[in-house]
Amino acid sequence: MKLLRRSCKQVAALLLAREDRDLPWADRCALRLHLLACDACPRFERQLLHMRNAMRQWRNYTTAEDAESTD
Amino acid sequence: MPTFAQQVADLRGYLLKYARLQLRNETWAEDAVSEVMLAALAKPQAFARRSQLKTWLVGILKHKVVDALRLQGREIASAGLAADETEDPLEHIVFQADGHFAELPADWGNPEQEIQQRQFFDILEACTQHLPAAQARLFLMREWLELDSEEICKTLDLTPTNLYVQLHRARGRLRECLDLNWYGKASAA
Repeated sequence: MKLLRRSCKQVAALLLAREDRDLPWADRCALRLHLLACDACPRFERQLLHMRNAMRQWRNYTTAEDAESTD
Repeated sequence: MPTFAQQVADLRGYLLKYARLQLRNETWAEDAVSEVMLAALAKPQAFARRSQLKTWLVGILKHKVVDALRLQGREIASAGLAADETEDPLEHIVFQADGHFAELPADWGNPEQEIQQRQFFDILEACTQHLPAAQARLFLMREWLELDSEEICKTLDLTPTNLYVQLHRARGRLRECLDLNWYGKASAA
């Protein structure tokens, strides 16, 4: 179990890394265990989900006809 | 009714805004947008009104921006993307020495909610604009041009490790900026 123990800082780094690549099995397990036991990290995870959705909507917005056409 | 050429010309400023945001170089951005205009005006029949003119032009712009990044890849890679082993100073603000969060991350509300306010996108673009140029380019290659990591590494001759470090920092800074300038203000209101 000790091998799976991670600090919030390490978990935040894993959550950020997960946005761009697949995590190794051990990291995924450590992440899941930590998120079950921590108050702060699930909030950080939700913030990243917010950002992911915001970027998707922004991509659509940049081509939307009602977006601002002038600087 | 404005002519096709006039409609295309009217969108030049809009295209330039996103070319600048992605390329972070005035000359490259101007060149990319000029090429979009030339391509559009050379083959107006290619715009078959299947989509909006803006959508069509942004699609062309994304291809021209990727071309510019490929062309300038060596210069981009040598400017600010060298392997950086130092820790991001932002981490000392967000985390305590023992690895715990310095402050409980704020509740940003329901992440599935559609964003209704255009001001949010203005803030998002401003936050992206404030990222260091090297980080911003890579982040937007992922998020706006939707290139995969392998393609970005190939285009800019980067190692995956180096790319992931820069993307990690870009996302961390963007989160902090949005927290300060949008979500924090919304919860304080």
